[in-house]
Amino acid sequence: MYELFADLGTWLTGAEQWQGPDGIAHRLTEHLQYSLLATLIATVIALPIGLLIGHTGRGAFLAINLSSFGRALPTVGLVVLVFLASGLSMTPVYVALVALAVPSIVTNTYAGMTAVDPEVKDAARGQGMRGHQILWQVELPLALPLIMTGLRLALIQVVATATVAAYVSFGGLGRYVFDGLAQRDLVQVLGGAVLVAVVAVVLDLALSGLQRILFRHRTA
Amino acid sequence: MTIDWSWISDHASDLATLTVSHLQAALTAVLLGLLISLPLAVLAHRVRPLRGFLLGLSNILFTIPSIAVFVLLLPVSGLTRTTTVIGLTVYTLVVLLRNTVEGLDSVPARTREAAKAMGTRPLRVLLTIELPLALPVIMAGVRIATVMSISLVSVATYIGDGGLGQLFTDGFQRNFPTPVIVGIALTLLLALVADALLVAVQYALTPWKRKRA
Repeated sequence: MYELFADLGTWLTGAEQWQGPDGIAHRLTEHLQYSLLATLIATVIALPIGLLIGHTGRGAFLAINLSSFGRALPTVGLVVLVFLASGLSMTPVYVALVALAVPSIVTNTYAGMTAVDPEVKDAARGQGMRGHQILWQVELPLALPLIMTGLRLALIQVVATATVAAYVSFGGLGRYVFDGLAQRDLVQVLGGAVLVAVVAVVLDLALSGLQRILFRHRTA
Repeated sequence: MTIDWSWISDHASDLATLTVSHLQAALTAVLLGLLISLPLAVLAHRVRPLRGFLLGLSNILFTIPSIAVFVLLLPVSGLTRTTTVIGLTVYTLVVLLRNTVEGLDSVPARTREAAKAMGTRPLRVLLTIELPLALPVIMAGVRIATVMSISLVSVATYIGDGGLGQLFTDGFQRNFPTPVIVGIALTLLLALVADALLVAVQYALTPWKRKRA
């Protein structure tokens, strides 16, 4: 066991391991690119849906059930299915990652919107604010902390799952996991896994730091 | 992309076997997860300093890609069902632990104090007052963990297990979509049925939550 960790340390810190097209630096960039783009696409899709059902109160039942349906969707199956349908491209990876991220964002956005005190909304309406003004100036700012929680959750899941890109012959940190698996090279698999976990934790901390800076004026 | 229906009828018994083995792996993991997270949650709830540590630790476990968890377990438990179940259990812990702690937090302090004032012993307070009141939040966690496990079992296909997930590798290797579609459909169906059953269990376990006629 100790030997394994020592090997892992050597693997992670070796200068040659960080350079070149198969180096950690390059794979890390790819992994970040897949994860951030997928989360961004998912946010563009999911945020308006969550805001809309939260604002109008309509379609909540459907959206929440679709979200738990999305959670049950096996990512590996989805990747393979889209791969067989569309051929060798990054599409299957993005489809699967976006499908993974959308439910967390929708449910948390919706939860944030419903948590806004109805009295506050009434007060806004009483002051003559229109529906869209209430949405942008009252509901959205108050719902933001929970929306951010949803984004963080989605990002963590996407970062951990982006390893699947390597399964359909693309890059990212999953390359080490799948190549190591094929070569029975445990150190490489372990290295890939550790890197993915570190990326996820660092991104999560960064987002929570951002959240703290954005909301530092809030007392609650 | 067309579905080869005759493949499905030809492999009906294989599909049934895979479905049962899939469900077995997922349910065992959730049960183990509950057995582990219940005492840990009680501990995290009672001992404040442990709370952040335990929840943080389970969050970090959650970020490790599932395929890596399975592979890392190989030297310990090999290409067996045990590996699958341990890996899945790790993932259920995050949801179960967090929800159980939140559930215990949601028990009103007044209720706890009242029980104490009536001379109820701590263990009895936990078993007959705190846990039942925390049940709705705990069950919400159990539902998420179950659906998640059912969807995650397929990842274990890379280590030769994976229940219905084997249909994905099969379809991928032979460039044959039917098993993949069937695998996804059966996984979704399992998740749906399991979730509905858990809703029924929760309904049966929390009679006081029902609206009186």
